[in-house]
Amino acid sequence: MSRPDPTAPAPDPAAANAPFRLPDGSDPDAPAFAEPWQAQAFALAVALHQRGVFTWSEWAAELSRQVARPGAAQDGSDYYQHWLAAIEALLAQKGVAGPETVDAVSSAWQRAAHATPHGQPITLENDPERA
Amino acid sequence: MTHDHHDHDHHHDNELDPFAARVRALETILTEKGLIDPAAIDAIVDTYEHKVGPRNGARVVAKAWTDPEFAEWLERDATAAIASMGYMGRQGEHMQAVFNTEDTHNLVVCTLCSCYPWTVLGVPPVWYKAPPYRSQAVINPRGVLAEFGLILPEETRIRVWDSTAELRYMVVPMRPVETDGLSEEELAKLVTRDAMIGTGLPLRPGSREPGALWPAADEKGAAS
Repeated sequence: MSRPDPTAPAPDPAAANAPFRLPDGSDPDAPAFAEPWQAQAFALAVALHQRGVFTWSEWAAELSRQVARPGAAQDGSDYYQHWLAAIEALLAQKGVAGPETVDAVSSAWQRAAHATPHGQPITLENDPERA
Repeated sequence: MTHDHHDHDHHHDNELDPFAARVRALETILTEKGLIDPAAIDAIVDTYEHKVGPRNGARVVAKAWTDPEFAEWLERDATAAIASMGYMGRQGEHMQAVFNTEDTHNLVVCTLCSCYPWTVLGVPPVWYKAPPYRSQAVINPRGVLAEFGLILPEETRIRVWDSTAELRYMVVPMRPVETDGLSEEELAKLVTRDAMIGTGLPLRPGSREPGALWPAADEKGAAS
């Protein structure tokens, strides 16, 4: 993954022209997160900021870059995917973890999930390729 | 070394979607490096799922409606006034409260990403983060408000406030009529999340419909 351009890209022109339509699920009582991983990703950014891994301005700038990429969903449904990409980009920039490391551990989690019978908690120990 | 494909006849297999797997991978890596504590992550999730939400902001608004001194403080130094109620930002951000008046309606957006006053409103709704809202709130605020069913008089000025990482806005809507004698707690129930973003108005007591802002509000716009 290359280091992102420090200048914020112009917003996607297609997005600027799209009319705003209130999406389904705009119920004020809708849950804050559509899936558990979104809540976990949200909390990771908050915790990493609290730990001083990045400043909140650095965070907002990186998240802005991610959401401004062309092809973002018009209904905002991919927002936490951008959020996750922003965490990964900052961790790479700060030398904490590069994409190869995240890819490798992510694959281990998927193998572990695959090897875990239903109804049992998925743990990394279940990865059949674990050294 | 076994490979995934050899196991396909095992129908009890779990699958992790790629994003869930990546989040777990980050948690594993960051925990091993001592940069996060999984229990702290769970606590943050619990806070934002259950404890922080628009009810906080609604209490701030209701207090401003009933306590002129607090309203003045909120207008002058929202960060401190809101913190006095126990709602404090974790990102060191400043808050500004923008008050609706008979002439001016306020609308909050974050054009760049999704900066939002978490401490008083919780986590933003999906539409707040959607590209069309982020651009159209600035270009065509009346069109956006109409999508929420909010049609303001033509002479009402709409001010759009673009949030940043350092400065986040909340709208203090006007107190609806027919709410004399209601307690602060009862008033807070009328203040919706959307009313504090500016895409809605407070509710009429005992209803899910917006309350009137002027005694003769329904006569407005009758003249052609």
